[in-house]
Amino acid sequence: MSGPAYSNGDGTHGGGGEGEGLPRVPQQRDQPGIPRAVPDPPPGPAELSEPSEPNGTAEPVHPAGPSAPAGRRPGGTFEEPAERLPLYDHATLKALLGAWALTACSRDESLAVEVHLTDCATCAEEALRLRDAVGLLHREESLDLDPLLRARVLEGCLGRRPARIPVPEWAGPYDAEAARLDALLRDLGDTYWQEPVELRWYDNGPVTRKATVGEVIAHLTAVDGLVAAALDVPGAAASDGLDLPADPTRRTEALWAARRAAAAGGAGAGTGAGPAAGLRDVWRAQSHTLLRTVSFAGAGAAGVGVDYGLRTLPLRTAFVDRAFACWIHAWDIAEAVAYPYDPPAPRNLNRIIDLAANLLPGAMAGRRRQGLASFPARLADAGAPGRSLVLRIEGAGGGDWCLPVDSPGTTASPEHAVAEVAMDGVEFCQLAAGHLEPERIAVGQQGDRAVIRDALFAAASLSRL
Amino acid sequence: MATPAPPRWDRKMQQRLARGEEAALGELYDRYATLVHNLAYRVLDDDEAADLITREVFGYVWENPDDYDPKHGSLRSWIAGLTQSQAVHRLRQYAGRGRSTPGEVEARVREATAAARADFIVTSMPAPLRDALDLAYRDRLDYRDAAAGLGVSADESRRRLRLGLQLLSTAMDPADSQDPRTPSGGPGHLSPHLRTDRGQP
Repeated sequence: MSGPAYSNGDGTHGGGGEGEGLPRVPQQRDQPGIPRAVPDPPPGPAELSEPSEPNGTAEPVHPAGPSAPAGRRPGGTFEEPAERLPLYDHATLKALLGAWALTACSRDESLAVEVHLTDCATCAEEALRLRDAVGLLHREESLDLDPLLRARVLEGCLGRRPARIPVPEWAGPYDAEAARLDALLRDLGDTYWQEPVELRWYDNGPVTRKATVGEVIAHLTAVDGLVAAALDVPGAAASDGLDLPADPTRRTEALWAARRAAAAGGAGAGTGAGPAAGLRDVWRAQSHTLLRTVSFAGAGAAGVGVDYGLRTLPLRTAFVDRAFACWIHAWDIAEAVAYPYDPPAPRNLNRIIDLAANLLPGAMAGRRRQGLASFPARLADAGAPGRSLVLRIEGAGGGDWCLPVDSPGTTASPEHAVAEVAMDGVEFCQLAAGHLEPERIAVGQQGDRAVIRDALFAAASLSRL
Repeated sequence: MATPAPPRWDRKMQQRLARGEEAALGELYDRYATLVHNLAYRVLDDDEAADLITREVFGYVWENPDDYDPKHGSLRSWIAGLTQSQAVHRLRQYAGRGRSTPGEVEARVREATAAARADFIVTSMPAPLRDALDLAYRDRLDYRDAAAGLGVSADESRRRLRLGLQLLSTAMDPADSQDPRTPSGGPGHLSPHLRTDRGQP
């Protein structure tokens, strides 16, 4: 995450500077994880354990002043190098200057260069110059951007010049959430792919499943692939020659199994980074392709059916569903690595709440068919006004939803409301994602408790892997 | 050190922006927002000011994608140049309002200019040199391990490191021109457009 800390160079063999005036000579790094053979020199009379001789032998002879590479040789070791260090000629030492400036050579070489620098003004001059150049290298990802900046910048742009090929409004949440997850992954860097993440959902009780960060991204890629299939663009999985089932859970399991098999088979073992590093690119490329394709397809594509196996969602709904999944899993990842992660911007959160609220009547009917409902349905004709539940969502992105409770086919209206339930918007989403149990969520309720209870359990049943 | 995108990506992006594809704008932001914000922050040392520069730069690119000339370098370096000149412009403006002494401002401009030029040098140097620097600096490999990573001899590895740093060190040379980066007259002539909305927060 952070750049190399040259200032820790005093670790094992520093000493000369008492820590003040760092960084001075960038000394050989002592990297965790990369064992270096430490030659363990015979402790000479003053193996770097006492300050340099005040002057004389250790004084730099080049014009570089106090920041010059010098001062690390205690007087006691001065007469020893010839015995301890291999001999390097001027050309070799000169060739080493770049590696030395980057502290990317062995300790012996480093010492040899530094000894040489006291005798050779040309090399000393170049050494300083190169070391200063190292200071110009920097990590680009040093600051995390405010995720909300993206929306502001893009809005500002579109205000100056409207898009001729806009991203459909219903794809906006997916665009924003995918960008936020991408930024999170970029901030985390490549070392987090194997971190364990706990995936949770609700299936007549809380269910958890362990996965790695990489598997979570593969899961998102797999299910986003359903949208790719509906748009007839080659999905990420298809390019691997995999024929995956449509059901999101089975699809994910199949992809995970295929990846494990590939890993066990040694595929990708050649490159150090392994297949994980490519996962983000594959997922991101697919999400960009989806957004681009759906922009060109235009509003007419909104109703195209996306096959989720057991059900089909229209494209405009599927995009919100994918935004929801992207947010929740990004949150799962962030939680696993103790990163903060905010809820979506209010406008996007509102669309996600709307998605879950609109799926609720169908889920209640489904539970009733399974004999899980705690109140009997009253028969009503399709399209006729039926008993209704008012779902009052508080907080940013909230609002009121009036939902039919007896059958998704009946028409809901506040006049026929038999119950009202109020809760926080983010908590409602957590409930619908199976991250909060229906018995535990804080709600304000009025009216028929059985209807409310069923609605809460139905909301939780919307969740899956 | 985000490497520049392949030239083909640049040209395609330019076409997509010119066509008015909102999705392309999003992709451009995702790729370069961090670069723009960091460059601006390095000059201005202020988060809000860097946010503002980010808005201005992307607004400018979105409105004027045809101003980018692939013959004169990568899209990335064009955007970096726009950012740099806009940020320096803003810094001088702030200085005019008495936030810093002229000496402080010029020192900061010099430092930022060297940093921007270094950024340009790194991204436009031959890939073998950049890769070697990447391995040694970012991945903290010693030159022998870097040689293995690069598939070259240890001699070649340290040669590349030295050459890469030598190139980079030219960023610190006193500038003849104020333009730090683009070899083609640079983004200076673009600034007037960028400045049109400087009053907006």
